[in-house]
Amino acid sequence: MIAANTGRMVKVEILRQDTTSGNGYWQKFEVPYRHGMNVISILMEIQKNPVTENGEKTTPVAWDMNCLEEVCGACSMVINGRPRQSCSTLVDQLTEPIKLEPMKTFPVIRDLQVDRERMFNALKKVKAWVPIDGTYDLGEGPRMPEGKRQWAYELSKCMTCGVCMEACPNVSEKASFIGPAPLSQVRLFNTHPTGAMIKDERLNAIMGDGGLANCGNSQNCVAACPKGIPLTTSIASLNRATTVQMFRNFFGSDHFVD
Amino acid sequence: MSKDREFLWRRLHSLLGVIPVGLFLVFHLSLNFTAVGGEQAYNDATGVMELVPHSLLLLIEWVVIYIPLLFHAFYGVYIAFTATPNTGRFSTYRNWMFSLQRFTGVFLVIFIAWHIFQTRIQKALGTDVNFNMMEEIVANPFMLGFYIVGILSATFHLTNGLWAFLVSWGITQSPQSQKIATYVTNILFVILSVVGVAAILAFV
Repeated sequence: MIAANTGRMVKVEILRQDTTSGNGYWQKFEVPYRHGMNVISILMEIQKNPVTENGEKTTPVAWDMNCLEEVCGACSMVINGRPRQSCSTLVDQLTEPIKLEPMKTFPVIRDLQVDRERMFNALKKVKAWVPIDGTYDLGEGPRMPEGKRQWAYELSKCMTCGVCMEACPNVSEKASFIGPAPLSQVRLFNTHPTGAMIKDERLNAIMGDGGLANCGNSQNCVAACPKGIPLTTSIASLNRATTVQMFRNFFGSDHFVD
Repeated sequence: MSKDREFLWRRLHSLLGVIPVGLFLVFHLSLNFTAVGGEQAYNDATGVMELVPHSLLLLIEWVVIYIPLLFHAFYGVYIAFTATPNTGRFSTYRNWMFSLQRFTGVFLVIFIAWHIFQTRIQKALGTDVNFNMMEEIVANPFMLGFYIVGILSATFHLTNGLWAFLVSWGITQSPQSQKIATYVTNILFVILSVVGVAAILAFV
């Protein structure tokens, strides 16, 4: 990349942690400014020259990244107090010093790296997929109306980035709530014509411990979601679906999937 | 608590907050409001309660008030203390409501416990519950302040809880319907607060 050295330095403060069980400590850095910098390019500069503001040599800061275009969800971190993707957060839009912290609602692996495994486990728990594997050819599924497809596409933009989990006051180590992202996936796959064939299984999964009912309606998730997914509408819609499912279960209805 | 019962406990918590606890609060504040009409009006209105046979009154009290309220209170404290309020980082209206709902809930456990001790338990011990009793209680400015904060906490907790009830049972789904529910419950909060605070000030 061609970048003119403007002489300007960007002040950065990073909450570091050496091991999974270690204590966090703040370190300050100064990084030469380049036009159009994002937070990841700051971290790359530190990686090239891991020296603190005071000139002390340190270890390079560890972080996760992959796609660099806000679709993979790997590079989420807390930037100036808000959880967001470090790839799409531009330095020009931030106030200095830029403060970087890991999303501590998840176990911290090292520095800005977190373990989002609980989200992937939640997706397995709620069967966030369309079941098509059988011992025989299942043939074509039912058609999906175009309007519905376009609407469902918005829900499918979820990249399991964990921002909604970090923003939610009910997701933490002391609570078992599975969080907004996996819940919205239940709505997505219960909307899909083939996915809906096991919609009762998904609803019953989120009616278990730590499920849907643990939502406290703070609505931080929908405010924080980088993809603009209507998470709270999904949750309210699932609340209605589970109300019906609860009565079906109680009275032993045989209309479990229709 | 047995496994996978959390959904039912939470839904029960939401339901009991509105019916019967919320309905009882509306009834209670309305009855108190008769104090605005003076000592005689209040004593006449509350005296009607004395016409109910004592054993039936006790049964109604336990079934309609104490048992649902105890469950709502203790399960609510558990809910409040498993939350991690973050209004510092997310200062949206709804997030403030989330934190206030938990804060008022915990405060109400203390306030209502004191209130029941000061009135219902004293009555069981033989004191007369009437206009004079409340007059003596709120003659203390600290107690008056405590009661006003308690009443406002209760009206807020009920009306905001009603908003959450509508979401939790899937009645209001879209952002627009939830916004309208916010307006309606806020108006309800103002009306109930005026009724409640006017009643307590009538004893001053």
